[in-house]
Amino acid sequence: MLAKRIIPCLDVRDGRVVKGVQFRNHEDVGDIVELAARYRDEGADELVFYDITASTDDRTVGTDWIRRVSRELDIPFCVAGGIDGVAVAGERLAAGADKISVNSPALLRPTLIDELQQAFGRQCIVAGIDTFEQDGAYRVKSHTGDPGRTRETGRDTLDWVREVQDRGAGEIVLNCMNRDGVRKGYDIAQLKAVRGICDVPLIASGGAGATDHFEAVFKQADVDGALAASVFHKRIIAIPDLKRDLAEAGVEMRR
Amino acid sequence: MSVLIVDTKCANLASVGFAFDRLGITSTISDDPDRIAAADRVLIPGVGAAPYAMERIDAAGLTDTLRALTQPVLGICLGMQLLFDDLAEGGVVTKGLGLIPGRVSALDTKDLPSPHMGWNRLTDIADDSLTAELSEGDHAYFVHSYAAPVSTHTLAMTSYGSPFSAIVRHGNVRGCQFHPERSSDAGAAILKAFAAL
Repeated sequence: MLAKRIIPCLDVRDGRVVKGVQFRNHEDVGDIVELAARYRDEGADELVFYDITASTDDRTVGTDWIRRVSRELDIPFCVAGGIDGVAVAGERLAAGADKISVNSPALLRPTLIDELQQAFGRQCIVAGIDTFEQDGAYRVKSHTGDPGRTRETGRDTLDWVREVQDRGAGEIVLNCMNRDGVRKGYDIAQLKAVRGICDVPLIASGGAGATDHFEAVFKQADVDGALAASVFHKRIIAIPDLKRDLAEAGVEMRR
Repeated sequence: MSVLIVDTKCANLASVGFAFDRLGITSTISDDPDRIAAADRVLIPGVGAAPYAMERIDAAGLTDTLRALTQPVLGICLGMQLLFDDLAEGGVVTKGLGLIPGRVSALDTKDLPSPHMGWNRLTDIADDSLTAELSEGDHAYFVHSYAAPVSTHTLAMTSYGSPFSAIVRHGNVRGCQFHPERSSDAGAAILKAFAAL
């Protein structure tokens, strides 16, 4: 049986790993390669690196740290941040990233996903979606790396999920912004709604604070992976303990 | 013993080279037919779409060289699929390298999400030098939508909706559907065993 994935997310800014609450007030949490190696050793199934300044500063992530991470890791990793074309994506993949994730640039120009899919295959194209619940509706936001520049896209989240799948995304990371960094649990209702229309792997993001939250999102929303940052960075949850507890609770885990 | 990684123009070559570096095994990347033909061990990587990959391999003048290899060969992911006679993908049938009999086709994932992406178990592992250090149920990292059927060439299988070949062998030619360079200890065991065949 396919194992459910535990995925630490490392927000990268200026070559360091940072973490904020609801995308604000970023604090330094360590060196990229050191943290990547730590999570590898603890049994993380995959890592995601988001260059959170990339889209907002209109620049793209460098490839040097991707090569350094690739050299260290014997688990897969995904790179996100400001990837707005085939050439930039190709550099990231050539440097050793297994997958690339697109978010704001795809909202500005949705055909980006088609182009990436045609060039590299859907298996390495991830659509990152920042979704916000407002008055009972799920809406997509862009440029969330900087609160001052965050934009409403006017897009309905479920519509955008359907569109990115149709265009060739091979995986979706759904980041529920209301829950980001506050450790009150994943947005099960929203993830269930998305799961219902999503036939590619779906990764939950935003809200992990306790082992129970992971168990709930795997069992109730049937997501393929759960992404978290602060609980791992701050050592509130140890990955070996989490995976053991989830396995005991009947969630298939990589051993 | 050194391993030559074929520059198939459609693969993440850096990751595979780094994996051998971590094991202290010398590897080189090349698209030179003479060097490939003379190598001790030949690894064929690949990701993406089969028709495009075979086109690139043809364009690089490598098809005949790869078909004639007699030393130990290991294909990984799409590189494994290309070892087969043909590949039914994207509504067309692409001729593969023909080193292993059979056809690669879409994996029937039933009601499960596709692509098959993540860590899954290796089961029914057959005795072989390549698999000697693996244990039943070891996890490996997969990411693919197409697969080779279970056959007499299967060394290990995996199931996702339907069973398929996770590791295959036909004579000197072997292949893994998963990515050994991203499969932690099980992957390292495979790469190490391949270099030592």
